Amino acid sequence: MSKIQIGILAVQGDVTENFLATMASMSELGIDGTVVQVKTIEQISELDGLIIPGGESTVIGQMSLVNGGLKKIKEKIESGMPVFGICAGMIFLSKNSKDKVVGKVEQPLLDVLDVKIERNSFGRQKDSFEAKISMEPVGISSFNGVFIRAPSVSETGSDVEILAKFNEKIVAVKQGNILATAFHPELTRDISLHKSFVKLVDNLN
Amino acid sequence: MIPLSGDIPDSKGAICGKIDSNPVVRGTSTLKRGFAHMLKNGVVMDVTNVEQAQIAEEAGAVSVMVLDKLPSDVRKAGGVARTASIRIIEEIMDNVTIPVMAKCRIGHMYEANVLDETNVDMIDESEVLTPADEYHHIWKWDFTTPFVNGARSLGEALRRVEEGAAMIRTKGEPGTGNVAEAIYHIKKVNEELRTIKSMYDSDDKQELVKMAREFKVSYDLVEETAKIGRLPVVNFAAGGIATPADAAYLMSLGCDGIFVGSGIFKAEDAQERARAVVLATTFWEEPDKVKEAQKMIDERQSLLGLDVKNLDLKMQERGSTV
Repeated sequence: MSKIQIGILAVQGDVTENFLATMASMSELGIDGTVVQVKTIEQISELDGLIIPGGESTVIGQMSLVNGGLKKIKEKIESGMPVFGICAGMIFLSKNSKDKVVGKVEQPLLDVLDVKIERNSFGRQKDSFEAKISMEPVGISSFNGVFIRAPSVSETGSDVEILAKFNEKIVAVKQGNILATAFHPELTRDISLHKSFVKLVDNLN
Repeated sequence: MIPLSGDIPDSKGAICGKIDSNPVVRGTSTLKRGFAHMLKNGVVMDVTNVEQAQIAEEAGAVSVMVLDKLPSDVRKAGGVARTASIRIIEEIMDNVTIPVMAKCRIGHMYEANVLDETNVDMIDESEVLTPADEYHHIWKWDFTTPFVNGARSLGEALRRVEEGAAMIRTKGEPGTGNVAEAIYHIKKVNEELRTIKSMYDSDDKQELVKMAREFKVSYDLVEETAKIGRLPVVNFAAGGIATPADAAYLMSLGCDGIFVGSGIFKAEDAQERARAVVLATTFWEEPDKVKEAQKMIDERQSLLGLDVKNLDLKMQERGSTV
């Protein structure tokens, strides 16, 4: 078995936090692999898995479009590469997104995750919150959800499995090789979700 | 990694509440500093109306900062500069999807309260406006909304963090189109960080205590900063940034992102320039991309700029010593 390589999309957002959480996950699982910060098409081509971090989805989308990164990422995901999108990353993966207040805004999306997203679903920064959530389908019974101007999933396609809800809002989903959360596991000390993503990449390799 | 913890006990800004029947907590350090983490590698642009805010969003700004006047106009107008009209801030909040920040005067607790009630995403306690209190900054732990503050030395930055700032911007000289001061201050902060890091690495507690006295902050904060060898919160560069090359240079000095004030909307090619500055900030490590970005702008349309030596008003000095 070859060494796995997981990339963190380093266009904009909290790249370092995901980098460290992924490194810690690999070492705890005893999996031989590397974690790299990626931006260019060449770097993305080499990957066995990709994490799209939190940030501003409009910026990550537009800047990935500039250097052709967007097209390459889409190609890789469609050919089976596991991807984990967090907050802005979840929006970027989706087929359809609109803002709770502003409504529909033109923004480049990867168009691979069959969901409709409501951006800023819980309100503005002052309404950002931490709360306990549970993700039984991936064997995580309690997780500290850090929601920062978080989106939620308002509609899901038939292949989409719901991993977690907060009240009635869907906040974590899985569709084949695609994992996405509205909250920020990389801002907690709990690496269980990053670990399950690393395992997903490792199993496919 | 930048630590996200750092709450003081019983901070009034952290609130327990409920969404439906589920308990939630708001305004924690994790949420406030975490918000700043989401801005990393981005450009925050000063705007004065909806049209500029939309141009900024389309160009790829990570957030907009609402002012009544751009810093170079504040400089020209003289008089007292205050927080922007709430009506305009709200109008902008209703028309862009990216976070909206607004400035309040240094020490002006109630301008901050008004912005907090308005629900802006971050409050900038800013030296660009006329200070309301020469001796005190706002005690920011009392707010659920996160704050960003300016600093031109490590001591100043740590004093602001100790008051509850969730983010720092190293000061330049606002409204000049001259990046020299921004470069000077980030280099100074970096040098001071190297100094205390080496004290920490050689386990010289006595020198660290001396630094804490000099900085006028607690020993614990100095030790924590010395240990990680960087500011304990996200740090952007600000003041006088006018071109893509300015932005890329500051990124290369270790800044987490960029604030652009007058540099964009006082230039004659605002739309192109906004996009170019974002490109250069994102791809600062790739010289060909920075060149491409620089090529998008026309130097004849840059903000003319001012030599800092000839200024009567140095905004950067406001609130620096306390």
